[in-house]
Amino acid sequence: MARIDLDLAHSYRPNPQQDNDYALLPLKMSFADGGAYALLGPSGCGKTTMLNIISGLVQPSQGTVSFDGRDVTALSPQQRNIAQVFQFPVIYDTMTVAENLAFPLKNRGVPADRIKARVGRIAEMLELSGQLNQRAAGLAADAKQKISLGRGLVREDVSAVLFDEPLTVIDPHLKWQLRRKLKQIHHELKLTLIYVTHDQVEALTFAEKIVVMSQGRAVQVGSADQLFERPQHQFVGHFIGSPGMNFLPARWQAGVLTVAGQDLRLDAPGLAAHPTLTLGVRPEYVTLAAPGDANAVRARVARVQDVGTYWLVSAALGEQTVRLRLPAEAMPPAEGSEIGLQLLGAHTCFYGADERLIEEARA
Amino acid sequence: MQLTMEGLSYRVGAAEYLYPLDLRLVPGAVTVLLGATQAGKTSLMRLMAGLDKPSGGRVSVDGIDVTGVPVRQRKVSMVYQQFINYPSMSVFDNIASPLKLRGGLDAAAVRAQVQALAERLHIEMHLTKLPAQLSGGQQQRVALARALAKAAPLMLLDEPLVNLDYKLREELREELAQLFAAGESTVVYATTEPAEALLLGGHTAVLDAGELLQYGPTAEVFHRPASLRVARAFSDPPMNLLAGQSSGERIDLGSGLALALRAPAGSVTVGVRANALRLQQRPGDIALAGAVELAEISGSDTFVHVKSAVGPLVAQLGGVHYFELGTPLTLYLDGAQTYVFDAQGLLLLAPERGAPK
Repeated sequence: MARIDLDLAHSYRPNPQQDNDYALLPLKMSFADGGAYALLGPSGCGKTTMLNIISGLVQPSQGTVSFDGRDVTALSPQQRNIAQVFQFPVIYDTMTVAENLAFPLKNRGVPADRIKARVGRIAEMLELSGQLNQRAAGLAADAKQKISLGRGLVREDVSAVLFDEPLTVIDPHLKWQLRRKLKQIHHELKLTLIYVTHDQVEALTFAEKIVVMSQGRAVQVGSADQLFERPQHQFVGHFIGSPGMNFLPARWQAGVLTVAGQDLRLDAPGLAAHPTLTLGVRPEYVTLAAPGDANAVRARVARVQDVGTYWLVSAALGEQTVRLRLPAEAMPPAEGSEIGLQLLGAHTCFYGADERLIEEARA
Repeated sequence: MQLTMEGLSYRVGAAEYLYPLDLRLVPGAVTVLLGATQAGKTSLMRLMAGLDKPSGGRVSVDGIDVTGVPVRQRKVSMVYQQFINYPSMSVFDNIASPLKLRGGLDAAAVRAQVQALAERLHIEMHLTKLPAQLSGGQQQRVALARALAKAAPLMLLDEPLVNLDYKLREELREELAQLFAAGESTVVYATTEPAEALLLGGHTAVLDAGELLQYGPTAEVFHRPASLRVARAFSDPPMNLLAGQSSGERIDLGSGLALALRAPAGSVTVGVRANALRLQQRPGDIALAGAVELAEISGSDTFVHVKSAVGPLVAQLGGVHYFELGTPLTLYLDGAQTYVFDAQGLLLLAPERGAPK
């Protein structure tokens, strides 16, 4: 197990001039020994590049990668003692499940009895114990991916296990079970796990710390609740949450917040310094009020969707759309009806012209 | 167009890919085919398109038997998981080609429609490029734009968004839903994700192991699954299932717990959706005591896995909740919020739902 430190930038081009030329803009990042991390972001954000630099598949064009303070930038993945799990199962079809899991250990000359014990333990955690003697070739996609996961986890002495979107080809029902297993495995084995995904639910449920990335930058690093409740940047508010945060242009002056032409009372002198202001509030935190309620805005219900475990209401607020979630047992308002919306609360955030959170404001 | 399938089945060698099914698609609307991988969604779509001939049964379009009529002669557009575009034509020309084939549009009108479609799918900045210069997700959007441009009476989309990141998927699903609603095609959309079916709305056909289990308005199928198999296929997170014994007046769950529900006497399975379990007690609730095994925080929800006397349970709680592993936790349940299935797995009772007025 190792503490991993990155102090680097990466461009796939020979002579990077501007930000666009970089896959990873200059960054400094540390991954603590035994931690579970997720690199989360849309396609092209740089998360896979970062993972490949940590593993050694890619060498950064500038800077260093260190394991426990030792510079490993020039070392290969094998030399770094990294285990990797990819999107598609990497297994030997002709070997049995047990042989597949044992292989990384056999290769390193681990004694047979320890191999048996370790394989047994990993198989049990992944619920493969009943299939140990079956040939991998005949198994379903999710079982094969479990074997692939198992092969990544079977070595006790790895520096880190890196996952590149490992659950992409798995059905939702099984994804659910595997996610849970990964979390339990982390608790039990205490390996350093770094997981790349574009799926926020996977990232937030799995990781202790999530690195949210966009266009080559780490935009925010934090726990699930920090990213959800206090997004430091509008991008984090947008990307995390389905649907993401509602953003409304606003103006504040002398105790009055104006949103979509409606005035609300708000004591937040920290907003005075920001002529360009955006109010951010998640659909989970917008509450329904009566149209005339104090300090609520008036809106009209444009659409009500039954999403099974909750209702998603889309309301027209002038030219803007505000979305809110209601619990499944609530009675949602009718489409076309007038409603009031409480936009201000403990979870409402304000963002400035640079799309960054204004810390001094508290709704 | 009215697409009807009667007694339709498909077998390859000794393997039954589709057991005989009857399905009348609601014309002009979206029908979601929901099921796990290998449930039969792709097999069914290929029969609808005319890419494969059924082993038995009939496919009719507007009352006319088209069974065995090859795809070229049917007015259908299809988008595969593995997108297909003309490699030597620009993105613009790829999208324009079905418009030109349809005829009746001058160059300016074609340009306008291509631009509009490209904008809806967020690829307008790539119009002069060749497909190979685009990422996988972008190429898939070109294929979608082509299918939408063709505006065929029947549009078949086989997990079209599966290769896109979840946020883009969310945005495009919205766009697609609006484009489908604005058009007149009958749309069939295959997915493995229950949430996607619910967000698309329309009607849903649930497939499992080659069988069509249920077809109806999406929310209705979700809230009134005809069987345990449908409930299993159409739940995310999975439905909690508890063994029970009905006396006719109440259902005994063991460990001194009972639900005041009337179901025919005999063995039953009680289904509890994760979001029906609560931390706050309300009058009439039963209490399920247990210990926390795991808590997963996803931001808008926290999924708590609890080991209880009636078995393992998963609760979906709104918001962020932190739990120490092993802490005792009691979940509360209103019996009226449960599903009851008989010994054969058929639905006996489902929670009543309020609907918006």
